[in-house]
Amino acid sequence: MAVSVGSEPTAHEDHHHEQSFWSKYVFSTDHKVIAMQYMATGVVMGLIAGFFAYAFRMQLAFPGMDVPGFGIVTPADYVSLVTNHGSIMVFWVAMPVLLAAYGNYLIPLMCGCDDMVFPKINRLSYQVFLLSAIVLVASFFVPGGGFGGAWTAYPPLSAKAEYNLTPLGSSLWVLAVALEFVAFLLGGINFITTAMNSRAPGMKMYDIPVVIWMLLIASILFMLSVGPLIAAAIMLLFDQNLGTAFYDPNRGGDPVLWQHLFWFFGHPEVYVVLLPTIGLTADIISVFSRKKLFAYRTILYTAFGTGILSFFVWAHHQFISGIDPRMAHIFTVTTLLISIPIAEMMFVYIATLYGGSIRFTTPMLWALAFIGEFLIGGVTGIFLGASGADIYLHDTYFVLAHFHYTFFPITIIGFYGGITYWFPKMFGKMMNETLGKIHFWGTIIPFNFIFIPLFFLGMAGQHRRIYNFEHFPELATPGLQNIRVFATTALLIMLSFQLVFFYNFITSLRKGKKAGKNPWKANTLEWTTESPPPHGNWPPSELPSVYRPPYEYSHPDREEDYWPQNVPN
Amino acid sequence: MIIQDWLAQVSTYAGSIDDLFALIGVLVGFWFIVSEGVFFWLLYRFRAKDGVKAEYITGEEKHQKRWVSWPHYLVLICDIFIIYGAVTVWYDIKQDLPSPDATIRVIGQQWAWSFVQPGADGELGTADDIATVDELYVESGKLYHYQLEARDVMHDFSVPVFRLKQDAIPGRVITGWFEPTTPGSYDIQCAEICGIGHGVMAGTVIVQTPEEHKAWMMANTPQVRDSISIAANTAR
Amino acid sequence: MRPIANTRDVTGVPTGRLAIWWVIGSEIVIFGGLLASYLMYRLANPGWAGHAAHTNVVAGGFNTFVLLTSSLFAVLAHQAAEAGNGKKAAKLLIATTVGGLIFLTVKGFEWTHEIQLGYTITANTFWSFYYTAAGLHACHVIAGMIVMLIVAAKARRGVDLHHVELIGIYWHFVDVVWIFLFPLLYIAK
Repeated sequence: MAVSVGSEPTAHEDHHHEQSFWSKYVFSTDHKVIAMQYMATGVVMGLIAGFFAYAFRMQLAFPGMDVPGFGIVTPADYVSLVTNHGSIMVFWVAMPVLLAAYGNYLIPLMCGCDDMVFPKINRLSYQVFLLSAIVLVASFFVPGGGFGGAWTAYPPLSAKAEYNLTPLGSSLWVLAVALEFVAFLLGGINFITTAMNSRAPGMKMYDIPVVIWMLLIASILFMLSVGPLIAAAIMLLFDQNLGTAFYDPNRGGDPVLWQHLFWFFGHPEVYVVLLPTIGLTADIISVFSRKKLFAYRTILYTAFGTGILSFFVWAHHQFISGIDPRMAHIFTVTTLLISIPIAEMMFVYIATLYGGSIRFTTPMLWALAFIGEFLIGGVTGIFLGASGADIYLHDTYFVLAHFHYTFFPITIIGFYGGITYWFPKMFGKMMNETLGKIHFWGTIIPFNFIFIPLFFLGMAGQHRRIYNFEHFPELATPGLQNIRVFATTALLIMLSFQLVFFYNFITSLRKGKKAGKNPWKANTLEWTTESPPPHGNWPPSELPSVYRPPYEYSHPDREEDYWPQNVPN
Repeated sequence: MIIQDWLAQVSTYAGSIDDLFALIGVLVGFWFIVSEGVFFWLLYRFRAKDGVKAEYITGEEKHQKRWVSWPHYLVLICDIFIIYGAVTVWYDIKQDLPSPDATIRVIGQQWAWSFVQPGADGELGTADDIATVDELYVESGKLYHYQLEARDVMHDFSVPVFRLKQDAIPGRVITGWFEPTTPGSYDIQCAEICGIGHGVMAGTVIVQTPEEHKAWMMANTPQVRDSISIAANTAR
Repeated sequence: MRPIANTRDVTGVPTGRLAIWWVIGSEIVIFGGLLASYLMYRLANPGWAGHAAHTNVVAGGFNTFVLLTSSLFAVLAHQAAEAGNGKKAAKLLIATTVGGLIFLTVKGFEWTHEIQLGYTITANTFWSFYYTAAGLHACHVIAGMIVMLIVAAKARRGVDLHHVELIGIYWHFVDVVWIFLFPLLYIAK
């Protein structure tokens, strides 16, 4: 392949001029700065949502207690807390951190280009996102308080203030979600076009790192699934504020319509956040086992398969919501079919370890934990996808534990895996390994102790979103209450161990060992530039070209056990 | 590890749901243990050792792919078993309605359950209907149809011991069935968030023996009570 | 300051065109979700035909004609831009914008009349859909007009002539959405 780097226009002299604080960190169009903005916003929102979890778990373990830092949790507080915990974790933590922060940071660097194709649209995307986060946070403080109709916001509860008692909170919630979608549509344009069109010379389809593929597929999934929910959100806003009756059964509407539109997006959304983590896990596992990824193409096909299937499974969230009972059969079949590509993907990852030389660094531990924990989330999903069993398990804590076993590995483990792996690139310093491992074990062990007990509570028939179980004799037994106290205790331990991470983060930033260009001896392009990369990533004349696939580790023809993509031979 | 360890089975179909749960538990449990076992064994076996270089395996060749594709076909076979089980259980409980001995109305509203039972004439919507709030009295061994309605927002009529769960949707009447087996009093929960009072929307289902139920009917039928006393007088 | 990334085209499709197609892809599912909902309701409520009878087919038909004509101008503008004639392209784009303006004006009269007759957005779910779908479409028309004027101003100076094609593609999309809305909202009775 002929490579002519020099033919590209070098309109970049102005990249290196002095910038003021504002244009460098606040109104920057640099993809790396925007990635940091997304990540910082996501982490702050994550802290808020974590605080909410603390408040309502305390209420469940010790009903009626004056929760330190929050106060008495009233029933209205409780529903608002669980609603916003869910909304924030999905829309304002998982999406910005996994898709937007890692997408923004990695796509241009791993594709070997200087920035996103449309830097200004990228900046606009973050600004709209920030606005959406501000609108959501504002909704907690308006008269009536934040929205409390669950993150799924089923009408008529969400549509009428007389039912949900949060006239402003519910409208602001819908508005915030809609703005968030606009932000990610704007961002998605950049992710897709950059990954498709702006790759380094020589980087063919199968030379693209898996994480980039996954970010690309996730963006496409998002753009093609979110539309109906945007339409639904417009209708819901009109129902709330103009008095239309799209979802009002007394005036010719149908409340179940929302469920279809919501879950048509809602299920692909799971894969929108799952795929980036799947991708970065692939990269981390390959680097730290010094192994070529097993069956690279199979991973891509399984991701395509999952993506396509995910559009045909949405009604498994609605088995008992009054849909035609015959529909349940179809959706049981499609849902169980999704286990095929996902199982294959997990098998491929496990197979990659065979014959490796595995180094248990902190990022590797996170990546391995993702596989180990996500398997639990995957297999428990089968119980819920099977319509017959879902009759009992629907809306119980079994569901809750199941999706926390998917979302926690995806979001939290994915975030920590990515940040510990790319920290040297992002900030030019190494993180402290000992503190990293303390934080890892301090998070993973309590995590299992929080959610394993919740599976059993679900089997005992405990339903979700109930602020106090004293009204239900079957659930108010001391045995079940002990389980709740146990889970809450584990949560407190896990939350307190997060301090170790922040301490490690800050001290490593200030005093960490210098990282150099390629501390992990990895192959992909981001490791060929300075750490941290300058504005423009590479000097314009040195933008890399690609000569081989991304996972050529321990190649027999080579002395060293890695073979960077940009080295001619 | 199975549902009936945690909660009694008090309807005719509770057992089939629990059996399906156990079947899925065995099948996916097997795969889970095998995957995690192989996973941890590989982590131990191929931990980094000085001077040992990793192998170069593409995984693209047929004899290599076999290691992934064969387990994968086996997973597909397990899926077929699970689908078969799920579909049959679902068909029996939700799709195929056996003919009822009695039909009751269940109405959810913020934040209470009301129940309407037919009186002595066995028909709903007549003067001798018995209405109750938050307490449902049923007879064991009798097959009931329920007609589920909601007055305001979505609710969900869930009786965990029956393994019964059905969303109540305003503007619709959804019919389902159950047949209680063991007398006793059990929880009714609302299983769909319905506003700030969702957590207090508790009800009780009281399963009675036929004799108890008959006595309860007698004592609670409003207008028939008078006619009963008249009948008793004439008989005397 | 165009990043180098923007100048590459690995797929062979210019980046701008690729992006606009993805925008349209995501817009299709927004309108698709709205129209699918409308169709489900419409099939469940045969009585809506009576409400649809109060829509003004003549005005709607005229608007269809106006939009199609304006799309023709957009095509001609693209041709002129391809030939490097920025001034002509700008004029044709302004003609397209005028088409959009006529469309909105007719719409304004239509809606005023209907609202005076009492067919407001809350009158009935048919009218809710009518105003929501047509209103969302009108927002796209307005957005398209604003961008088109910016593109025209640049094209007049011979700057960014390839944007003429992109806004044209978007305008055709807005046009096609109307082609779906018109029969569904006005004609089907």
